[in-house]
Amino acid sequence: MIHSLFLVNASGDIFLEKHWKSVVSRSVCDYFFEAQERATEPENVPPVIPTPHHYLISVLRHRIFFVAVIQSEVPPLFVIEFLHRVVDTFQDYFGVCTEAAIKDNVVVVYELLEEMLDNGFPLATESNILKELIKPPTILRTMVNTITGSTNVGEQLPTGQLSVVPWRRTGVKYTNNEAYFDVVEEIDAIIDKSGSTITAEIQGVIDACVKLTGMPDLTLSFMNPRLLDDVSFHPCVRFKRWEAERILSFIPPDGNFRLLSYHVSSQNLVAIPVYVKHNITFREGSSQGRFDLTLGPKQTMGKAVEAVLVSSQLPRGVLNANLNASQGTYTFDPVTKMLSWDVGKINPQKLPSLKGTMSLQAGASKPDENPTINIQLKIQQMAISGLKVNRLDMYGEKYKPFKGIKYMTKAGKFQVRT
Amino acid sequence: MTTMQKLLQLPVNAVNIVKTVQSQVQGQEEDKSPVLTPDGGQQTWYNALQPDELRHLRSGGSGGGFGGGGGGGGGGDQEERAVLEEGGGSFQNQPLRHDDLKEMLDSNKDSLKLEAMKRIVAMVARGKNASDLFPAVVKNVACKNIEVKKLVYVYLVRYAEEQQDLALLSISTFQRGLKDPNQLIRASALRVLSSIRVTIIVPIMMLAIKEAASDMSPYVRKTAAHAIPKLYSLDPEQKDQLIEVIEKLLADKTTLVAGSVVMAFEEVCPERIDLIHKNYRKLCNLLIDVEEWGQVVIINMLTRYARTQFLNPNINESLLEEGGEKTFYGSEEDEDEDDEDKDKKAEVATMAKRKPYVMDPDHRLLLRNTKPLLQSRNAAVVMAVAQLYFHLAPKAEVGVIAKALVRLLRSHSEVQYVVLQNVATMTIKRRGMFEPYLKSFYIRSTDPTQIKVLKLEVLTNLANETNISTILREFQTYIKSMDKDFVAATIQAIGRCATNIGEVRDTCLNGLVQLLSNRDELVVAESVVVIKKLLQMQPEKHSDIIKHMAKLIDNIQVPMARASILWLIGEYCEHVPKISPDVLRKMAKSFTNEEDIVKLQIINLAAKLYLTNSKQTKLLTQYVLNLAKYDQNYDIRDRARFIRQLIVPTEKSGALSKYAKKLFLALKPAPVLESPFKDRDHFQLGSLSHLLNAKAGGYQELPDWPEAAPDPSVRNVEVPEWTKCSSREKRKEKKVEKPFYSDSEGESGPTESADSESDSANGSESVSGSEVSGSGSESEESEEGSESEEEEEEEDEEKDKKKKKKELKKKPVQESESEQSSEEEEEERKHERKSKPRKSDSETESGDEEESESESSQSESDESESEAEVKKKKKAAQSKPPAKPVKTDGKKEKKEMSLLDLDDFEPAPSPQVTPVNSFLSSSLVTDLEGLSLSDSVLSPATIAPSSALKSYELLHRITGEGLSVEYCFSRQPFSPDANMVAVQIQFTNNATSDTKNLHMEDVKLQSGMRVKEFPEIELLPAGETTTAVMGIDFCDSTQAANFQLCTHTRKFFVSIQPPVGELMRPIFLTENEFKKEQGQLMGMNEITERLTLDVKCRNEHTIVQRVTTAANLSRVPCGSDKECSPPVPPPPPDHPVHRFAGRTVTSSSLVLVTVATKEEGAAQLTVNCEKMVIGTMLVKDILQALTQ
Repeated sequence: MIHSLFLVNASGDIFLEKHWKSVVSRSVCDYFFEAQERATEPENVPPVIPTPHHYLISVLRHRIFFVAVIQSEVPPLFVIEFLHRVVDTFQDYFGVCTEAAIKDNVVVVYELLEEMLDNGFPLATESNILKELIKPPTILRTMVNTITGSTNVGEQLPTGQLSVVPWRRTGVKYTNNEAYFDVVEEIDAIIDKSGSTITAEIQGVIDACVKLTGMPDLTLSFMNPRLLDDVSFHPCVRFKRWEAERILSFIPPDGNFRLLSYHVSSQNLVAIPVYVKHNITFREGSSQGRFDLTLGPKQTMGKAVEAVLVSSQLPRGVLNANLNASQGTYTFDPVTKMLSWDVGKINPQKLPSLKGTMSLQAGASKPDENPTINIQLKIQQMAISGLKVNRLDMYGEKYKPFKGIKYMTKAGKFQVRT
Repeated sequence: MTTMQKLLQLPVNAVNIVKTVQSQVQGQEEDKSPVLTPDGGQQTWYNALQPDELRHLRSGGSGGGFGGGGGGGGGGDQEERAVLEEGGGSFQNQPLRHDDLKEMLDSNKDSLKLEAMKRIVAMVARGKNASDLFPAVVKNVACKNIEVKKLVYVYLVRYAEEQQDLALLSISTFQRGLKDPNQLIRASALRVLSSIRVTIIVPIMMLAIKEAASDMSPYVRKTAAHAIPKLYSLDPEQKDQLIEVIEKLLADKTTLVAGSVVMAFEEVCPERIDLIHKNYRKLCNLLIDVEEWGQVVIINMLTRYARTQFLNPNINESLLEEGGEKTFYGSEEDEDEDDEDKDKKAEVATMAKRKPYVMDPDHRLLLRNTKPLLQSRNAAVVMAVAQLYFHLAPKAEVGVIAKALVRLLRSHSEVQYVVLQNVATMTIKRRGMFEPYLKSFYIRSTDPTQIKVLKLEVLTNLANETNISTILREFQTYIKSMDKDFVAATIQAIGRCATNIGEVRDTCLNGLVQLLSNRDELVVAESVVVIKKLLQMQPEKHSDIIKHMAKLIDNIQVPMARASILWLIGEYCEHVPKISPDVLRKMAKSFTNEEDIVKLQIINLAAKLYLTNSKQTKLLTQYVLNLAKYDQNYDIRDRARFIRQLIVPTEKSGALSKYAKKLFLALKPAPVLESPFKDRDHFQLGSLSHLLNAKAGGYQELPDWPEAAPDPSVRNVEVPEWTKCSSREKRKEKKVEKPFYSDSEGESGPTESADSESDSANGSESVSGSEVSGSGSESEESEEGSESEEEEEEEDEEKDKKKKKKELKKKPVQESESEQSSEEEEEERKHERKSKPRKSDSETESGDEEESESESSQSESDESESEAEVKKKKKAAQSKPPAKPVKTDGKKEKKEMSLLDLDDFEPAPSPQVTPVNSFLSSSLVTDLEGLSLSDSVLSPATIAPSSALKSYELLHRITGEGLSVEYCFSRQPFSPDANMVAVQIQFTNNATSDTKNLHMEDVKLQSGMRVKEFPEIELLPAGETTTAVMGIDFCDSTQAANFQLCTHTRKFFVSIQPPVGELMRPIFLTENEFKKEQGQLMGMNEITERLTLDVKCRNEHTIVQRVTTAANLSRVPCGSDKECSPPVPPPPPDHPVHRFAGRTVTSSSLVLVTVATKEEGAAQLTVNCEKMVIGTMLVKDILQALTQ
């Protein structure tokens, strides 16, 4: 399946290679570099590139290309999904997944890759098993290791791989038993010029942080499970139970994991939390453009809209923007033409606005498209779909865990066309 | 300068510096040679140096620029070394560093070795050649330090191919590892051994794989499966032998192995589809519990399999509908039709066509078992299921995948890219499927261009009369985008919408014409090209557009667009007679400056005008042709020569020129604007080949559906007894499969849905039934008490009762329909039974009949039966208050209690049943097995230690200074707390003096565990023995309970650790209940092991005895339901299946054990338990008990 893996940084250097079968020369990446040159943006490099003898499947994360070399037919998603899993694991281990972090931990990276794939076929991808095999580096452990000469490799043999519950280690112990669940919903929307919603949907996830002793068996039930239209589960969730009773029943992995991601059916009307009043005009013949933007809260159910960030890609003809923000700060990058305005919290009494002029290239004709406005925001303590967790119960263990549930709403791909 | 300074600082080594410089030349040579020859001279001077000095030296040697960087940093800073080595002439450092590493590898300090290995691995990772270290590294293959070992493995696998001879040195280490008692070490040895690509060891690998394939541990077997493709790629000659191993591993029942072996199958012998037959059902059933990557491989393989084995579900769809309706409505009509058909027996073919399509149950099984995986978090799994449904499911069911695929669009852009490609292909065949999700494909300005283009493709495919207006409105926004490639794609999309949907053609055309005045040239050019294509469809209507475009030729510079306009004018010059000559005039002027493609079109235009309007254009044409004659491009010269001969009549020109007009101005068919994704579905969706639209290496074609279905019986397996059945009747077979796919998924073919509904009806029925008995509603009891005498009567009554019950209890979930259906079925069945009351068939036959006939009615009748008996018993025991030792709320508990009561009516050995309380019943199992037992034990009193109870030593006579203590698990319920396990402790005082005040202290327990101490024993005289009972709640774990045993003089630390078999208490289940419960505990909750029974342990009695000794379970009466329900006496089966049931003491999780015996003492042990840990341990214990 996966023959080799090359890690390529933004400047086109291969800084790590790993082969699982016979060695493939790194010159195979030349085809990739060609494609990279052809693409104007890094994200436009095609994920699958055929070469005479191999196929290159790549993913781009954190400005690093992970290029897998394939020799024969394999489902491309299989490789892509695996590469993303690799990145997730690195992130999990090193906190960030940057070139520097990978180079610093090159031995751990190698050990991880060795365990994750056998002969190109995924072997252990569960983070819990991997952590049993190879302990993640921490500052403290690195120090202890240098002093005592002990290692990062787990001393005991990993029994997790043999377990029928591969995602959970055995013999987990905590003094404080706690289980936290974050219900995070994102609104994806396209709002058209006139302010009417073209499309809006809610995508949600429940991320959990479970630190419980032993082998707890949890059930989580919702007040209104019918809201969930389409769901995908962590493998620990018992599917039949969900089908029959709409209850999430599972033996949780240890630590952080994504329990569930869901989609709220599009039949439900989606509340749009903010509105944007905009007036962006370019006049023919003049080298000036007007920019006028006001934000206001719309359907927020009384909650404050926080961490608002407005960004917009202005047309190429714009040389500079001379604006005045009533609140927060704005920046304009004359090279990428990216305007971003960090608004912060929206005060319903005094609506934030950004007004001013844009100077255009002299003599250039008026841009024919108005920029799209992307909005990011956060609303705490509310799931915009109205989803509510009813209760969380634990079976199989005797202690009383501390349970917590947090709701949050965010803007996902929230765009306003102007 | 700096070099000199360093020299001065290190006078001692001054001489060596000279050597260093000398060795530069040498070093270069050494770099080339793969193995470094040890250089004595270098070694000596190098050894004299301290690392820090060395650093100075090296930086000095590599040039002044690096002088500053040399000083800092600790000894082992590899990163810095890397900088040094990359920065300044590395040729110098290479031999040095390697010697240094060799030194470290040779040392006997693990930390040094580790450090060296880390650096070497870092080199390997950067792609630096480290092969010359091979001998030094390979020596450490047997190193004790686990991390060093792992890194050596990494190195070994990387370089073994280059250094075959040296690699052989390591082989013996792995061979030893293969024999290790620890499964993980065995697995890892096999893994590395098979990864070493050295041809010489192929026989060793083969042997190792074969051995590992029959290893006890599934993990080792999994590794063996992984090793198969490795060996195959190393030596394809081994194929036949490997196929044997694959065949063996395919039969494996564990989820761990399934994915890996199918992967091996796909790589080694994907054409041997026949190997799958026997394992097909098993794979389908295991699928949901296989790890995600294995799921992808299995699903893809099963798609191919299904294509060869089943019929196309979408064959003659219209006929199918017709047929379906007929079975619903008037049956007479159907019969008439049948008669007619019989008359025309000659037309067998049409008959076959008329016959409604019946889906093979195995086909249905696959669809049903893969469906839940659409919910997987792994995009590859979702895609795999989606393609399976697309290729295999009936049209009506394919829709379910749309939602999941749309969900994937939220994922990373690479995932989106692949999914959209596949969606694009699907939308061409099944547009309706994605129509509801139209808006999910709307494009955002932040999408990467390649995603935008694909979304556009999908939107175009989805366009139809109803939604075209919304789509076009969207397109209008897109046209204004800054991303010009995307705009061009949008214009093409509009063109395609216009060709596909006649209603909007004019609108689109107008819109495109408007775009012609766009400022962006690319947009205009693209529009021209598209308009050209559209105009070809109806040119006569649109001469004004052509005129407009003619005007544009002055402004448009894009060659393709200019060429398109010229072609249009030439083609339709008759519609624009006045303008066309003028255009030619302009073009003739600029001819020399045009692009080739435009020049060709100018020649074309000239030729066409010459033929239609030679009066005005003759000279112009001549001029153009002359220009072309001297063009630099030979294509253009050729074309000019050819056209001149063709159109200008000369004396030499032949007959062709007469037809010139026909040749040039023939009516050309309008182009069809097609999606590039058309017909891509002949590739298996989700595959690399599909994505590239070209066959990738190793791609397995998706076969066409067979004309006639191959024999379905090849998939029959005769292992589990309930699936054992002859495949005579299709219907029967289908039902036999039922316990497998016990999860009822609602939708399906007509017969099956009825099945599942009745099944669920049955479930709720039985629960409610036991509720009734539990709560003991008197009025019903009296009625039902007499029922059990007469079978016929009873059945009727039972039906009445059932109805009554229905009236009494409103079942919330039940739909009347489903009830009816189940009732009808039942009635049908009753007819059947009456007609053949005594069926003298084998036990298996009857067993499967039960399964195949509606299970519901069976268990229902038997439920009510038992209920009746409960009542009877209760009546008998009316004087006694019902014994309920523990009051726990919840229906489950109640149900259990009533079931426990039932034990007494177990129609087995014990002839006289005396009404006793439920305490006895729990130990009744043992009674039934003829074990000694004291009866009527009401409180946690002591029992005489029976031979069956194994006792364990708590305190030895010597350590206890004369006091010896033994304990055993009495298997009596511990009355003060039902959640506790009773432990009977026997104290013997072997000392000469009395022991006083025996009691427990200082109990140390795992969290959640509790202990009820035994009452203090005041006095134990010398030589006497006494017993006490204590209770321990082990919390369903085998953690030991530690405490101190105190006498008046001493304290002893002791601990009690329970064998897993003692953590449960027996419960009574009927066979049907057992099967039902078992059906709910499939998958991860099921553990199966094969075993060979001990010679002494092949008869029923011993098996039962051994199992019940190993675990506190009660035997499920085999065929007990037959006594309750009418006919069919159970004939003794040849290979009986023994079932045992219990519940864990603390959490009351069901524990179900099945021992299925087979020929020659072979047997299969299955444990189903919600608590997987307990299940696993239990399997081990029972296995031991049965094989010892």
